[in-house]
Amino acid sequence: MSKKVLMKGNEAMCLAAIMAGCKAYFGYPITPQNEIPEYMSQHMEESGGVFIQAESEIAAINMVYGAAAGGVRAMTSSSSPGIALKQEGISYLVGSDLPCVIVSVSRGGPGLGGILPSQADYFQSTRGGGNGDYYIPVYAPSSVQESVDLTIKSFEIADKYRTPVMVLVDGLLGQMMEPVEIKDYKPTLIEKPWATNGDSGRRKRNIVNSLSLNAEGLEETNLRRFEKYKEILKTEEMVENHVKDGDEMAIVAYGTPSRIVLNAIDILAEQGIKAGLIRPVTLWPFPYSTFANLPSSVKNILVCELSMGQMIEDVRQGVQGKHPIHFYGRTGGVIFSPEEIAKKAAEVAKGGA
Amino acid sequence: MSKVVYEKSRGLTDVPMFYCPGCTHGIIHKLVAETLVELDVLEKTIAIAPVGCSVLAYEYFNCDCIQASHGRAPAVASGLKRTNPDKIVFTYQGDGDLAAIGTSEIVHSAHRGDNVTVIFVNNAIYGMTGGQMAPTTLTDMKTSTSPFGRGTASSGIPIKVSEMLSQLPSVAYIERVSTHDVAHVRAAKKAIKKAFTYQMEGRGFTMVELLSSCNIGYGVSPVESLSFIKDAMIPYYPLGIYKDVS
Repeated sequence: MSKKVLMKGNEAMCLAAIMAGCKAYFGYPITPQNEIPEYMSQHMEESGGVFIQAESEIAAINMVYGAAAGGVRAMTSSSSPGIALKQEGISYLVGSDLPCVIVSVSRGGPGLGGILPSQADYFQSTRGGGNGDYYIPVYAPSSVQESVDLTIKSFEIADKYRTPVMVLVDGLLGQMMEPVEIKDYKPTLIEKPWATNGDSGRRKRNIVNSLSLNAEGLEETNLRRFEKYKEILKTEEMVENHVKDGDEMAIVAYGTPSRIVLNAIDILAEQGIKAGLIRPVTLWPFPYSTFANLPSSVKNILVCELSMGQMIEDVRQGVQGKHPIHFYGRTGGVIFSPEEIAKKAAEVAKGGA
Repeated sequence: MSKVVYEKSRGLTDVPMFYCPGCTHGIIHKLVAETLVELDVLEKTIAIAPVGCSVLAYEYFNCDCIQASHGRAPAVASGLKRTNPDKIVFTYQGDGDLAAIGTSEIVHSAHRGDNVTVIFVNNAIYGMTGGQMAPTTLTDMKTSTSPFGRGTASSGIPIKVSEMLSQLPSVAYIERVSTHDVAHVRAAKKAIKKAFTYQMEGRGFTMVELLSSCNIGYGVSPVESLSFIKDAMIPYYPLGIYKDVS
């Protein structure tokens, strides 16, 4: 049985988390993600979980660290400056190989920035701000439905690889309402024999730790973690590629802006310019190979982001100089229109931009 | 026939401790370990030690252990205890960790009345990093970052954590004890036992502040460092119960 409901993106991700068996949510108020702690304060307890409104984003991510170490599925959420504060905790979670889900509803920056939708946290999400050699999987849904599906998936991936996973949405997706199909879902919870859940009477005692004072030992741990990353790179990449043979342009966008790009592509079609969308769904692992194997008809690539251009660096790495790359972006919370993108794309097609 | 009159607690592992000779961390570890065994909760206990001299405590406490980031142990404890309410959770924190970088986390764990126990080791200095000034460093005391003595005009007057936290309504128990002689060590054990008993009874936030020494950081002999607790620290940090809900 499934049901269709109308839900705000932020709330839909909460519902998905609870469906996925999330038993601990810790958060701190920050716009535009406040519906998440609000929803969780109302629903965690009835679903057998716990909710704490933490004193800071730093405390919240460390509460996640504690709950995850104890073996339960745990989540936190925040927005740009708050995610910045969580970076230390994320690095520790990685260093201790703890699974969790972090929902990032991004807004304009830097600094306090603004509260309107932005994609200026691509680097923050995919490169991290925490110390050390690490990556975390990052999912970038483009609809409320996909936010639900990818939130559920994030919990599975987190447990499977013992890693923090981020769901990155812009404020637009967090705030908008769309119909969502809620399917029956029963989470498959895996054994966590490593958990520090105070059960050492029945097994060897467990230690959750990211410290290693021995250089060779730390190197070995990092190498082992990168073996795990190899597996993630090989199997977990997700991309939606609409570029067909005969298209002269590939337009690259992720998240809700990709839907604006689809409208722009319709406008371009009316002008006789054939373009196709490439939408990375995982930002790490980034779908580099998609860009290495574009049809020979593609003459130009246009990257559209609600930022000054961050994902474009990954596109460049994927394209490897085979096609010229152009950029169109708005920043600070300004959202581009399909017409703006179509205009830019038409200029590029004419060789003028 | 000989009889065993004393043995190392099975609450501690069998590895050599890296604490400096003369340091009282070893005694405090022993007191906590013995308490957990005596209360028969060792196997259901999770120890959380953040950054500082006790960062390697996970090597020593013979139970599940979590190493946490600097100052954040109380938040880690909150997340863990709320999701494992039947288990025993304690943090083991130094004064640099608890009274400087971790003030927010300790205040709010106490404020929420988290049903956890905090073992707060106050030696009035940053030991691990080489003897820098802590918020608890005594007035005029010389450290590597207060070479002319702690000046209260620029660094303030030393913070009294037990007094401060005991003002929070949700706190169940706070006591300050000392480790400078046998009588005080025995009293310290009683306080630790009371704190863990309160946790078992679900009474809420408990903390024992243990005045401790750092002979290396002070640049004195171990014996002199114990005298420092008695003659300099206790007059400023009076021993006693600051909060007890019983």
